[in-house]
Amino acid sequence: MHLHKFEKIWLIFGIGSLLVFLTVLGVSAFYLGNQPPSCLATIDPEKVDTQAPFNEPGLKKVEGKEWEYELVFVASAFNYTPGEVQIPKGAKVKVIATTKDVIHGFEVAGTNVNMMLEPGYISELVYTFNKTGEFLVLCNEYCGVGHHMMTSKIEVVE
Amino acid sequence: MLNQLANTKVDRRDGKLAMAHFYVAFIALAIGGLAGLLQVLVRSGKLELPAGIGYYQILTVHGVILGLVLTTFFIIGFMVSSVSKTAGTFTTRQRTLGWIGFWFKTIGTAMAAVMILLNEATVLFTFYAPLQAHFLFYLGLTLVIVGTWFDSAAIYMKYGQWKKANPGQPSPLLTFMTVITLIMWDVATLGVATTVLFQLLPWSLGIVDTVNVGVSRALFWYFGHPLVYFWLMPAYMAWYVVIPKVIGGKMFSDSLARMSFILLLLFSIPVGFHHQLLEPGIDPAWKFLQVVLTFLVVIPSLMTAFSLFATFESYGRSKGAKGLFGWFKKLPWGDARFTVPFIGMLAFIPGGAGGLVNASHQMNQVVHNTIWVTGHFHLTVATAVLLTFFGVAYWLIPHLTGRTFTKKMNKLALIQGITWAIGMTFMSGAMHAAGLLGAPRRSSFSDYGGAAQAAEWVPYQIAQAVGGTILFLSIILMLYIFVNLAFFAPKGDQEFPVGEVADQAEKTPMVFDNWKLWIGITACLILFAYTLPLIDLIQNAPPGAKGFKFW
Amino acid sequence: MAKTELNRNTETETEIEVEDSSSLKGTLASVFLLGFILIVTWVSVYSLFLDRS
Ligand code: HEM
Ligand SMILES: [Cu+2]
Ligand SMILES: [Cu+2]
Repeated sequence: MHLHKFEKIWLIFGIGSLLVFLTVLGVSAFYLGNQPPSCLATIDPEKVDTQAPFNEPGLKKVEGKEWEYELVFVASAFNYTPGEVQIPKGAKVKVIATTKDVIHGFEVAGTNVNMMLEPGYISELVYTFNKTGEFLVLCNEYCGVGHHMMTSKIEVVE
Repeated sequence: MLNQLANTKVDRRDGKLAMAHFYVAFIALAIGGLAGLLQVLVRSGKLELPAGIGYYQILTVHGVILGLVLTTFFIIGFMVSSVSKTAGTFTTRQRTLGWIGFWFKTIGTAMAAVMILLNEATVLFTFYAPLQAHFLFYLGLTLVIVGTWFDSAAIYMKYGQWKKANPGQPSPLLTFMTVITLIMWDVATLGVATTVLFQLLPWSLGIVDTVNVGVSRALFWYFGHPLVYFWLMPAYMAWYVVIPKVIGGKMFSDSLARMSFILLLLFSIPVGFHHQLLEPGIDPAWKFLQVVLTFLVVIPSLMTAFSLFATFESYGRSKGAKGLFGWFKKLPWGDARFTVPFIGMLAFIPGGAGGLVNASHQMNQVVHNTIWVTGHFHLTVATAVLLTFFGVAYWLIPHLTGRTFTKKMNKLALIQGITWAIGMTFMSGAMHAAGLLGAPRRSSFSDYGGAAQAAEWVPYQIAQAVGGTILFLSIILMLYIFVNLAFFAPKGDQEFPVGEVADQAEKTPMVFDNWKLWIGITACLILFAYTLPLIDLIQNAPPGAKGFKFW
Repeated sequence: MAKTELNRNTETETEIEVEDSSSLKGTLASVFLLGFILIVTWVSVYSLFLDRS
């Protein structure tokens, strides 16, 4: 099959750009650890309230880990526990969350914290809160009539 | 003519089958468009729905009726016409299969619609478990899918018949493209059929208590991405084959068009994880593998862009255009059959750019389930694809009904395309912007407990309402033109434009019609991308999920 | 002299014309414009990702 010279140039340029994108993403993900949330741990969705760490939702300082805090959220239709939380600025936090019923989203607006919560699965993401202010936590996956009322709040303080 | 069976006009009986599909498609456009209008108004914070109608019920109507019904019916109608025109009239048996397919789809649609209207299925068009709809909703959607299998069977039979009558010849391009699109569709629908038949139906009937959510989602998205290519490829058929003829030019290359369709078949299925990038239970390495495959499916679109520009430039130069962009002015801007799809092509540029962002692994965290995504697919499916379909309808409907597309209708059609472009610029532009600020999709109006961030989104929501209202007007115009072309336009002969290749283009190699080869590679890629992660999802599954009706 | 000059002239002109009538340089420019849009979009959102991480 014959390709016009210009089409060759275009395809080399186009495919080259795609390769550059993929390389940037791959290095960032596999080398720098910026993987999208992909936790493989599971849990019985009916026993969430009695199992650690979900029996104690909220922020907890931890020692000897790559992150300084763990922030545990439990989602159910149509609210998050805790309903509000304060985090010191610059804290490296592992957000750990799950749902007791249907699928929910977990988005901290204006940050890269964005993940799906699915019944039976635990979702995790490590994030450093470098900017002070109030951040809205909201559900971004449809979960029923009260979906748009499902919120929480993260306050990053000095 | 080389081609022994091609018709100058689509046979009247095949035309009837196609028209039946178009009636349903345009009724769907009317209902879905109204739902869209209500959505943008509610989301602006200025309107509350009367009579206890829920926002999410309307949104389910909109997604199902436009995303699934309008698209599928239009596409099958277009395919039936294209095959009948280029490979010859269907036999009675083939046409009967086509009618069975039509009734399966129509009855299935009616069943799903009734359940949505009764508020028994407010689960949105993606029906994610463990939200549990009435079993008739799932059954209805299954019938729609089974209906398309009958349609494919009819078309495969026609294709086989053509091959037998024309040994050693490459199949007519439109027929080839139709067959490849349907193969992709049939392979993809196996996934959604599996989750519906073996998981969701027994579960909604109470035969089993729980459902494996991880597996159900993987099967759904195994289907969900090829679904969007099922929308796009018929638009590419029109761009590659019809548009060159409409402008009076030549197709750039037959082989390259086939090549890009083969690549679309190979790489549009093993990529469903790019919709599940932020989900637990799937190893990020498998996600990344499918991200790479997703980037490969960009290549045929890069080829398409080149072919289209080349067609336009060659035509312009043959009319004496000079300079770098002189050809642009020579294009027939007064002809809606060209201009309206052309607006669609333009919309596909930002649409494709947004798609690259969505598929970019961890970058998905910036946009996932924000209204950016809604902005994205209103550019791709609701503009690029839909305006192309409208551009096809302008000549195909009168072709099938024995009428003509008059100057007056052409003028209205141009206004239709331009108002769509304006409305969509507002709506989609505001959606993209608000999404980057974090505004969620699939959400009724909310002030999120008075959050300052949510207040920032409101002006964008008002811009969406302005754009959405203009779009709704454009839909009304389209419906008016459709009714005119179907029932009132003057009798006459409207051409079915099928492009020919430029003289210097080479002969089409036969390898493209080697289905064993292409289906084999497709299967290998699917097995490669899905086997291990799927086994993982089954073996390491958590306790199953009970059903919930939270609406 | 003058005659050959004239001949030459028309020859090169038709040559240019033939080349111009089959040239795809506008296509090349257009696709590169498209590529530019893809790159700018991608880089912008990637910067947003970096800024927020
Ligand atoms: C009058 C024209 C239209 C308007 C005003 C409109 C408006 C909207 C809005 C505001 C949403 C998002 C609602 C939300 O996420 O809360 C939406 C979703 C959607 N639209 Fe449209 N739209 C229009 C036309 C179309 C067309 C022509 C198609 C398809 C061909 C389409 C397909 C969809 C789909 C599939 C969804 C996703 C539904 C979901 O998330 O469940 N729309 N539309
Ligand atoms: Cu929700
Ligand atoms: Cu996709």
